[in-house]
Amino acid sequence: MHHIIKKIGLPRLIISVLFIGVLVTAYFQGIEMHMLASDIIRRFGMYGILVLAMVPSIQSGVGPNFALPIGIICGLMGAVISVEFGFIGILGFIFAIIFALPLAILVGYLYGKLLNAVKGSELTIATYTGFSFVQLMCIAWLLLPFSSEQMVWAIGKGLRNTFTLKKTFAYVLNNFWSFHIGDVFIPTGLILFFLGVCLLVFLFTKSSTGTAILAAGMNPQFAEASGVNMDRGRIIANILSTVLAAIGIIVYSSSYGFVQLYGGPLMMAFPAVAAILIGGATAKRAKVSHVLIGVLLFQGLLTTSMPVANKIFPEGNISEMVRMVVQNGIILYALTKVDGRQ
Amino acid sequence: MNKVMDQKRLKDFFIKHIVSIIFIVLSLIGMMLSELSVPYMIGELINRISRNSFLVLSLLIPILAGLGLNFGLVVGAMAGQIAIIIVTYWRIGGLPGFMTCLGIALPIAILFGYLTGKLFNATKGQEMIAGLIVSFFANGLYQFLFLVLAGTAIPMKNSPMIKPDGIGLRNSIALTGTKDHPGIKYALDGIWRMKLCHLIIASAIILCLYQGIRLWLRHRNHQLEKKHKKTFMIYAGLSVVLIGINVAILLGDSMYKNLKVPMVTWFVIALLCTLTWLLMKTKLGQKFRTVGQSQRIAQVSGIHVNGVRIKAVIISTVLAAWGQIIFLQNIGTMNTYGSHMQVGMFSIAAILIGGASVSNAKISHAVTGVILFHMVFIVSPTAGKALFGDAQIGEFFRAFVVYGVIGISLGLHGWKKHMLDQINNAHTRS
Repeated sequence: MHHIIKKIGLPRLIISVLFIGVLVTAYFQGIEMHMLASDIIRRFGMYGILVLAMVPSIQSGVGPNFALPIGIICGLMGAVISVEFGFIGILGFIFAIIFALPLAILVGYLYGKLLNAVKGSELTIATYTGFSFVQLMCIAWLLLPFSSEQMVWAIGKGLRNTFTLKKTFAYVLNNFWSFHIGDVFIPTGLILFFLGVCLLVFLFTKSSTGTAILAAGMNPQFAEASGVNMDRGRIIANILSTVLAAIGIIVYSSSYGFVQLYGGPLMMAFPAVAAILIGGATAKRAKVSHVLIGVLLFQGLLTTSMPVANKIFPEGNISEMVRMVVQNGIILYALTKVDGRQ
Repeated sequence: MNKVMDQKRLKDFFIKHIVSIIFIVLSLIGMMLSELSVPYMIGELINRISRNSFLVLSLLIPILAGLGLNFGLVVGAMAGQIAIIIVTYWRIGGLPGFMTCLGIALPIAILFGYLTGKLFNATKGQEMIAGLIVSFFANGLYQFLFLVLAGTAIPMKNSPMIKPDGIGLRNSIALTGTKDHPGIKYALDGIWRMKLCHLIIASAIILCLYQGIRLWLRHRNHQLEKKHKKTFMIYAGLSVVLIGINVAILLGDSMYKNLKVPMVTWFVIALLCTLTWLLMKTKLGQKFRTVGQSQRIAQVSGIHVNGVRIKAVIISTVLAAWGQIIFLQNIGTMNTYGSHMQVGMFSIAAILIGGASVSNAKISHAVTGVILFHMVFIVSPTAGKALFGDAQIGEFFRAFVVYGVIGISLGLHGWKKHMLDQINNAHTRS
């Protein structure tokens, strides 16, 4: 028994049991299962790439990328520019990524440089770098001279807090080759895109650069001795992580139908970190499979607990509290496993 | 030669106090830009100093004990708010209510501090991020307690704090109370408010007397030198000028006349400074320092490192709980689900602005930090409006400054450590 728990990992076991329990409760409460299944699949594709962004940064030894908002903002910038130029449909989506990429590469490079200068307490520094970047960009969203009617306030100045993508590239992936199994909606394009990006990241980790980064992350002393340039590896991993975050938020916004600016990205790193940890990653090791399992379990649990909690207890926002406790409990558990003894 | 030395000293001074200097410049620029009147700003500042100093001071012990900046302050603030909710429910107002709050908060905060300390021992080297995450984690439980259990599992019949549907507490709770049952608002601040002018005059007189007595004692012991006389003359001159200015203000009818200082609150803050200073002189304080310098050496010299660290966190958590009660009795309304969440970040930003670092902090850093931090806080919305025609930008800038200061300070600390490590590695190799 003990052996089995060790193999699966305690957090994964707890969340799985919780998830199954909530699912069974939902069934007996008479909640429509096909709706639930559609929702879980959609959110799996929506959040997936944001969680995938954790893989390169963990593998390079930096730890989970708590500075995810930095990449997210690059993606939002791309989306905003794409809407400004008036690209529509799948073109809008593609151009959002094209505009975001150079930004994300540049910012990821600079941020990687910064992290190489401050080895040791990366996680806290990352969190606050992300926070301050979000606040700085709040000023930018207000001042930058955008003019598209879909995005700016009718009165006053600056971009809106939230604006719809209905006229541009909302749901382009969700509706691409989509079909129904029974009453369950399958957003084929979204899932294919996510799995495609997963495959690319997987291939990267198997490439010679990826293996070198992994080796350096696992054992810095050994890597230094065998002539692997650790700092360069960390920068490449950071660029990749930032690019993935940018693509991730574009996919998220398109699938959600809205773009959220200003304080929107502030707290987005934490659920992504929690998801990959639930999938079985540690602060030092992560695989693409951890992303798939983690997103499914974590988002699945959150999606199902919402209607279930609301049925039992209409007042109060129980599912939100469950999210807080589960998400941060998992991160804390992982932190106790980090060996940071000096 | 001397000139070069002086230049080097000046440069070192600048590098050491760079964050504080930037903030002095920022607040001066902000003061020029904003259209707030100076008396209003000073009044606001006095208010904020009395409100926030206690909370910022609660950060000191963990820094000295090597735990870094205690982001777990939020958990302490929650303990304070739980106590306030209980006392408001019992309708104990005024100073008795305030004292009851402190009493109830104590055991809760000790328990929370113990648990947080345990967690910090399990996450050695990652205490800061763990503190941040644990504050989010605890907030989930806190919301469950007051949004779900209050009014259902915990009967709180007919309390004005409960939402109209009878489940969960309202978003904001007034601490003003009613006519028959006053709340704890101004329980501490309102005991004795003294005019700022009077306070300055009194301080000047006391300072003069103190220096005079020292001079007289020296004279009696035949140790009087020229320089002592000079010092006394300087102090006396300064005091006379101060008294003159303040008497002039009192006789005139400027706004400065009406500035008041909550004396008891300031006395409590001064007492905390003194006690912290005394604590660091005791055996326990020595242990804090030893553990802070090197856990390994402390372990070898027979100190129970984990126990000492837990004690440091407990002290910090209890002080944070009391600090939050002092903070809220001044504000007068409690934002049930929001008041505690900002506490850690603002206090940490303040102490860093005052010149503290992750591994070193003094009482003076805390006091300077509160003043500088809040000066920028008071002026930035109006300065933003003057610069960009939009107060919102000032607000965003304010938040950027808070996060940025924490990020940059931690970054600088990490960079210094990284450099030292590299130098040490180079030494060991050669």
